[in-house]
Amino acid sequence: MRDITIGQFYPIESKIHSLDPRTKLAITFFYVSSLILANNKYMYLLAFAALIVYFLLSRVPLGYMARGLRGILIFIVLSVFLNILFTPGDPIFEWGVFHITWQGIRTGCYTLLRILFLVFGASIITYTTTPTKLADGLEQGFQWLKRFRVPVHEVAMMISIAMRFIPILVEELDKIMKAQQARGADFETGNLFRRLKSLFPVILPMFVSAIRRANELALAMDARCYRGGEGRTKLHPLKYERRDRIAYLSLLVYMCGMAILRIWADWEPLWNLA
Amino acid sequence: MIDAEHVTFEYFRRDENGSVTEIVEAVKDLSMQVKAGEFIGILGCNGSGKSTFAKLLSALLQPSEGTITIAGMDTREKEHTWAIRKNAGMVFQNPDNQIIGTTVEEDVAFGPENLGMEPGAIEQRIAEALEAVGMTAYYQQSPGRLSGGQKQRIAIAGILAMHPTCMIFDESTAMLDPKGTKEVMNAVRALNQKQKITILYITHDMEEVVDADRLIVMHQGRLVMEGSPDAVFRKKDELKSYGLTVPWATEVAERLHAAGISCPSVLLHDEELLELICRIAGKGRNNLREAMEPPVAPSSKEDRSSDTEAMVKGLVFHHVSYEYNSKTAYAHMALRDVDLAIHKGEFIGLIGHTGSGKSTLIQHMNGLLKPANGNIFYEGKDIHEKGYSRIYLREKVGLVFQYPEYQLFADTVLEDVSFGPKNLNLPLLEVQQRAFQAIEAVGLEDSVYDLSPFELSGGQKRRVAIAGVLAMKPDFLILDEPTAGLDPVGKKQLLEMLKALHQKGMGILLISHNMEDIAEYAGRILVMEQGKIVLDGRPEDIFYEKEQLQGLGLDIPRTSKLLGQLWEMGYPVNPKRFRMEDTWQELVRLIG
Repeated sequence: MRDITIGQFYPIESKIHSLDPRTKLAITFFYVSSLILANNKYMYLLAFAALIVYFLLSRVPLGYMARGLRGILIFIVLSVFLNILFTPGDPIFEWGVFHITWQGIRTGCYTLLRILFLVFGASIITYTTTPTKLADGLEQGFQWLKRFRVPVHEVAMMISIAMRFIPILVEELDKIMKAQQARGADFETGNLFRRLKSLFPVILPMFVSAIRRANELALAMDARCYRGGEGRTKLHPLKYERRDRIAYLSLLVYMCGMAILRIWADWEPLWNLA
Repeated sequence: MIDAEHVTFEYFRRDENGSVTEIVEAVKDLSMQVKAGEFIGILGCNGSGKSTFAKLLSALLQPSEGTITIAGMDTREKEHTWAIRKNAGMVFQNPDNQIIGTTVEEDVAFGPENLGMEPGAIEQRIAEALEAVGMTAYYQQSPGRLSGGQKQRIAIAGILAMHPTCMIFDESTAMLDPKGTKEVMNAVRALNQKQKITILYITHDMEEVVDADRLIVMHQGRLVMEGSPDAVFRKKDELKSYGLTVPWATEVAERLHAAGISCPSVLLHDEELLELICRIAGKGRNNLREAMEPPVAPSSKEDRSSDTEAMVKGLVFHHVSYEYNSKTAYAHMALRDVDLAIHKGEFIGLIGHTGSGKSTLIQHMNGLLKPANGNIFYEGKDIHEKGYSRIYLREKVGLVFQYPEYQLFADTVLEDVSFGPKNLNLPLLEVQQRAFQAIEAVGLEDSVYDLSPFELSGGQKRRVAIAGVLAMKPDFLILDEPTAGLDPVGKKQLLEMLKALHQKGMGILLISHNMEDIAEYAGRILVMEQGKIVLDGRPEDIFYEKEQLQGLGLDIPRTSKLLGQLWEMGYPVNPKRFRMEDTWQELVRLIG
C-alpha cells in the first residue's frame, strides 16, 4: 500500500520534463480546447501529429501511459457504442431500435479519437511534472486571480500538502481496517447499507487521525516560521527559459493551424457556392 | 539565553455549549534559566506539562502569567514572534507530521523560504544542514521512503537550516526503534558539541539524558527537581513518585549501596558499573573461576512439548511465504518459508529490527494476510480452508496493533470495548459481561465506562484499546510494541498486566525493541531477519548468542551483557542468566 504514487510522475529527464510547469499548463489547456473545436479529419490529423511530437519528446513509455487508460476504458467503449448505435442517418444495418449508420460509425470514430487524444494529451503533464512543481506552476500561473481575492498561494500549499499526506493516510486506513477486522468487523458481506454502516468504525478514527495530524503539521509549520505566501521565497523559483519560448511558439503555430483548418472547413460550402 | 520567570499557562476546557467547565493549569509558576550552549534534559511523565512548556519556549503559545525571554526577546511581544521561532527551533515527536516537503531538499528549504532568503543562499543552507545530520546522500529522496530515524534527522536539518541558537526536542525519539534513536541522539550531541547549539531535550527515557549538563523534572505543571544528572538520579524515590525511574546502572549501584557494599551512591553509565563490580570483586583474586565452560543455566521451564501438541491446540506455520506488491516493480518478500509452532499458554518475545517481517508475521496469525505459499493451522485446521470460520479465529487469536488507541471510535468506553464481542453475535448480557471483565483486566476503574475514549489520557486510551481486544476472550494475545510512547510507570503497569494474563493461561506474543522487557517476561524468543525466523529458543540460549544478535543489529539485555562481560573477564558468574532478580543474585554471590 505504501508504494502508491500519486500524480503518476515518471522520473526521467526529457525536453518536456524540463519545461516550466506553467508552459505545460498552457499546452494542456490549449490542446484540450483545440480538440473541442475539431470537426473535420484534417484537424484530427493535425492534433494527432502534435500529440505524437509532444509524446515522443516526453520519453514516457507508451505502455506506462496506456495503463492509465484502463480506469476509463468502460467509459470510452460506452460512449463510442452509443454514438454508433443511436446516430440517425443512412442505415447499413437495423435491428429493433438499433440502427447502425455510416454517420454513426463516423461520429463513433471521431469520439474515440477525441477521447484518446484528450486523455493522452492531458495526462502527459502529470507524467512529466512532480506534484510540487505542478502546485508551484498553478500558484505562479494564476497569480492574477489574487486580484479577485482568490487565495492562490493557500490553495497551492493545500494541494502540495495533500499530495504528501495521501500515501500516509492510505497506509493508516489499511491499518485501522485491519485493527477493526481483528475485532471481528466484517466489511465484505451484507447489503450496501450494512456495509456502509460497518465502515463507521473506520471512518471516525480516520477523521480523528487526520485532524490530529493537521494540528501537529500546523504547529510544525508555525515553528518553522510559516506565515503564508507574503515575503516567502522559493528554493527553485520558476523561470522561463529558451525552451519555454520555443514551446509557446510551437503552441501558437499549432493553434493557428487548427484555426485555419476550422475556418477553411466551415467556409468550404460557401466557396463551392461561389 | 533563556529566562523563564514564574510562568503559568492555563487553558479552558469547555462543554458542548461553550461554557467553561474547568480551568487547566498545564504549567504552574515555573522559573528556570538556561545558559548558551547548555544541554538540558527535561523529564516528566505523560501529562506533566513538558510539551506545553516547550511550546511556550518557542513562542507557539504565550504564557498566561509570568514572562519568558529568549535571547532578550519577550515571547509575548508580537514583533519578536518570528525572530524567536527562528532562534528556538523545535523538533516534534511524530516524524510524519512535521515533514512538509515532498522531497528531502524541499522540506529542508521550507524554513529558509519562509524567512525570505535568496535561492542561492537557501541551497547553501540545505547543503550545510544535511551534512550536519549525515543525510547529504538523500537530498532528492521522497520522505516516504526513509526510516523513522532518517525522517527525524531531516526534521532536525529543517530547523538547522534556519540557523537557530537553541533547539527543543519534544520526545523526538519516542516513536523510533533503537537504531533510529541512536542516530538521532548522535546528531543531537554533535549539534551541541560542534555547533554549540543550546539543547532542551524532553524525554521519559532516562538513559538518553545521563550525559546532560543539567536535568529538570516536571510534575503536574510544576518544576519539582533541578540539578545535575548525579544529583537528580540520586533521589530515586522522589523520581518514582513522579512516575519516573532511574537509569539501569544507577538502579543496580543503588541496590549495592543499600546492601552495605561501599560504592558511590550514584552511578550513571553501564561501563562505570562494570568497573565498580570488578574493583570490588577483584579484591579477592582467588575469586576467579577455573573452568572455562559456561555452566548450564537452571531452566525454569521443562522442555517445550512436541510440535504435535501445538498442532492440536496451538498455532502452526508450515512453509509460509508472503510477498508485498507481488508482480510489480515494488515487489518485496516479507516472509520466506517460515516454519513455526506456537503452543498454548506460551509467553513469546518476538524481536528483529524494523522491516524484518515481524508485523507481516503477526498479521498472518489471525488471517488478516493470506500467505502466498504454505499453510497456517489453528487447532489443527487450515485457517484458509474453505468453510473455516474466520470470525472464530479472530475471537481466539487477538491482535493489538501498534498505537492501538488510534482505532478507538465509539461514544463511550463501554461501547468501544463491546465492539468485538458484538461482532461475535453474542447475547447482550454476555457482551456486557465480557466488556466489564476486559476493562477490569486492564486496570481501569468503573468510572470510565461512560466517558468518551477521546477524553482519556494517552495511557488510559491505550488500555481501553487493549481491553477492546481482550473482550473477545482470546486464547492468544499478540501485541505489537504495546509500550511505545508510554512513560516508565505506564510501561511497567502494562507489562505486569500481560504477565497476569499469562499466569491465567493466556498465550502472549510480544513484539518489542526493549530487550530488558523481553528478558524479564518472555519464556521463549523468536528472532526475525529478512522475513525468516533465524533464532528460536529459550532466552538464556538466545541472549548467549551475543555475536549473532549484534550482527543482526540487535542488542542483548543489560543484565546479560554485564554478566557476560564479567564471565569473559574470568569471574565465576553464570552468563546465561538474564532476569533482573537472577542477575542480582549472581552479583551478590560474586561480591557477597
